[in-house]
Amino acid sequence: MQRRQFLKSMTALTAAAAVPAPAVWSTATAQSRQETLLVVSESGPNNLDIHGVGTNVPGYEVSWNCYDRLISHEMKTLPNGTPYYDKSKFKPELAEDMNVGEMSATFRLRKDAVFQDGTPVTAKDVKWSFDRAVTVGGFPTFQMSAGSLTKPEQFVVVDDHTFRVDFVKKDRLTTPDLAVIVPCVLNSELVKSKSTGQDPWGLEFTKLNTIGSGAYKVTNWTAGSQVVLERNDNWKGGPLPKIKRVIWRMVPDAGNRRALLERGDADVSYDLPNKDFSELKSDGKLTIISTPYSNGIQYIGMNVAHPPFDNVKVRYAVACAVPYQKIMDVVLYGLGKPMFGASAEAPTEVAWPQPHKFTTDLAKAKKYLTDAGYSNGLPDPIPISFDLGFAGVNEPICVLVQESLAQIGIQTTINKVPGANWRTELIKKTMPLFTNVFSGWLDYPEYFFYWCYHSGKSIFNTMDYQSPQMDTFIDGARSSAATGDNDTYQKDVRDFVDLAFTDMPRIPLYQPFVNVAMQKHISGYQYWFHRRLDYRTFAKA
Amino acid sequence: MLTMTIKRLATAIPSLLGVVIVTFLLTRALPGDPAAYFAGPAATPQAIQEIRAKLGLDKPLIEQFARYVVDLAHGNLGTSLTTGQPVATELRNRLPASAELTLLGLMVSILIAVPLGILAATKPNSIIDHACRLISTLGVSLPVFFTGLILIYVFYYLTGWAPAPLGRLDVFYTDPPHVTGFFLIDSLIAGQPDTFMAALKQLILPALTLGIFSLAPIARMTRASMLAVLSSDFIRTARASGLSPYTVIITYAFRNAMLPVITTLGMVFSFLLGANVLVEKVFAWPGIGSYAVEALLASDFAPVQGFVLTMAVLYIMLNLFIDVLFGLIDPRVRLEA
Repeated sequence: MQRRQFLKSMTALTAAAAVPAPAVWSTATAQSRQETLLVVSESGPNNLDIHGVGTNVPGYEVSWNCYDRLISHEMKTLPNGTPYYDKSKFKPELAEDMNVGEMSATFRLRKDAVFQDGTPVTAKDVKWSFDRAVTVGGFPTFQMSAGSLTKPEQFVVVDDHTFRVDFVKKDRLTTPDLAVIVPCVLNSELVKSKSTGQDPWGLEFTKLNTIGSGAYKVTNWTAGSQVVLERNDNWKGGPLPKIKRVIWRMVPDAGNRRALLERGDADVSYDLPNKDFSELKSDGKLTIISTPYSNGIQYIGMNVAHPPFDNVKVRYAVACAVPYQKIMDVVLYGLGKPMFGASAEAPTEVAWPQPHKFTTDLAKAKKYLTDAGYSNGLPDPIPISFDLGFAGVNEPICVLVQESLAQIGIQTTINKVPGANWRTELIKKTMPLFTNVFSGWLDYPEYFFYWCYHSGKSIFNTMDYQSPQMDTFIDGARSSAATGDNDTYQKDVRDFVDLAFTDMPRIPLYQPFVNVAMQKHISGYQYWFHRRLDYRTFAKA
Repeated sequence: MLTMTIKRLATAIPSLLGVVIVTFLLTRALPGDPAAYFAGPAATPQAIQEIRAKLGLDKPLIEQFARYVVDLAHGNLGTSLTTGQPVATELRNRLPASAELTLLGLMVSILIAVPLGILAATKPNSIIDHACRLISTLGVSLPVFFTGLILIYVFYYLTGWAPAPLGRLDVFYTDPPHVTGFFLIDSLIAGQPDTFMAALKQLILPALTLGIFSLAPIARMTRASMLAVLSSDFIRTARASGLSPYTVIITYAFRNAMLPVITTLGMVFSFLLGANVLVEKVFAWPGIGSYAVEALLASDFAPVQGFVLTMAVLYIMLNLFIDVLFGLIDPRVRLEA
């Protein structure tokens, strides 16, 4: 190529690029908005199958909407008018009815239910799916075991449309555990045809394809960018959803999510900073629904296995120094339910979460610290750790706590742990002081305590709290709940709550809210234990 | 020129090998345990151990590296844990998005910076020269995410002129059939002018953001290089011969001043391709920058390695391309090589 020629051709190319494109407009590719729900959130799924390895929480939302379970929950209405799942009332989904006996539960399946490829749903598919959930390992197997569902032998095909679950032991959580996201029913023949020797459960196939009998199916998934779900018009698990298509876009920037909502371009969003939610709420242009996390608490934890927090007086001192109300006002903008400052005579309730009796009282905190032998404050600064993945709430909490503790002579440094490391840090159980949130899918006090206070191996007992007495109460509550011994159950629950507040290995701060913002013409939001959206009930006016 | 190209390619091999080894070691040196991260919220130590074995992370480092190199030789970059997709596919899908945005950003930048630089050089210390200095200083000192957010606030939120910052296309459009991966080109090939316009509209704000950011080096380099050329003897001769100012400045001076500008362009382009992470985040752009950062935050090794490797290959190709371009623009360079 000659230099002159090249330069000339470059000039020509630039000129060609500068010619404006013809402004011809057509609406052929632009599809109707009316039947489409546009959801924006920070992050999206990494796997469309909840049985997969390391499926993240957005992936649960896909599973919930694309697969059916045998049973689901009825709805009840909260005082603020929000429909809220009723943990004690079940409704059939793939099952027509459920018959819970002494040591087994029998389900009669709907005869008309078909998978999205037209194959009828049979008891064989249910068994295969449950076998898969208890065998693949990781989170699904673990969640199944929370309801004492551990072995494939427990799942029995009686005939094509009758299915039985045998109990290994009596457990109150077995039935609720069949209504969580994990025991979903997959098209077993289809998956089997795609499975390989290395991948006997076809996880690679279901990672990318939703093959259930559920109300929606994923028709386009671009990881990290968008998920498109189309309605399955042949769904038999409930009334036909009104929304035909759901477009779920990932918008990493919170400010943009808010702008999209305010401009009316997005229909629903649910992970905005508290400040934005409180401003949107007072603005009144959008519907904002705030619901407390079921069975969830944000707390300050202290490692009780090592000094100085092995001394209960030091823990009391911290509990008296935490600026509770300031956290509610400045960090949460009021979007949380206080878990502190119950009146001194308030009786302990058979419920969880419930508030403890501490309030911010620096004089008292100082006294506790003096009693503990630290009249001049603690000798060394203590790192206070938090998960950087949720820095929006965690960081200001830690700063406020740091400021307050400094006033009673406890110097702290702030230790930001990147999200990827947080779990590793939890497992080590060596962080002396930290803030975190825990919430359980199954809304029972003994479930929460089993995870957070039992001396077993749970990583959420990050305080390394070991108390034989506590274990006795928790185990007692679990077994009395299974046998229906209500008096013992109530006593055990009261006892473990009292003990938790007496020993104070962790200081509950508040029950966080799930905040959902949507356009005024969108209706049908329901709160579910998994806190994600159920598209099936949404409607657009 | 072919021999030169081959020679240059051969020198790239050691750098590539180095990149492979260093990225592998660096990702392993990252704090955080991917197995714990992906084992889920309620994992027991056994579950984490199971996942670690499944991911092959329980093997000695040297064995992991051998497996990585063998996979690499087969064109397999591994699978991302955060998105669940093969890294090679993801990079292939995302690279055009980043490249389209970066190219357009660079074009915006050139269209503003080069004329500005030339004008500033022809009239040193004039108003235009000061304006050039001010604009480029402002552009480079405003952080990109800030410029991006301001542009969104003004042109989308307040006035509604720009479309929603929702990635490459409005949600109610479908992607044009994949040919090059550049939506502007693909939509024209498919004969969908409305998709072209929609894609262009989505591109304007992020491209402008990138353009403003990269103004400074290009404008300053154009100015400096033009000043040097304008003071040389042949320009004086040209002026003395009575050639029109346009011919003197554009035909003679600018062409001779182009070499350093092209070098800068190459550097700015490769720099932008990696550095537009923030723009991608702000505009929900499905590019490779945001992909790599998300993977990094999750200790997800495979995408990070794949990203660094891709960038290394791109840098090498780009430098090669620029060297070849030099030869075409200025025959002297070719002779020396």
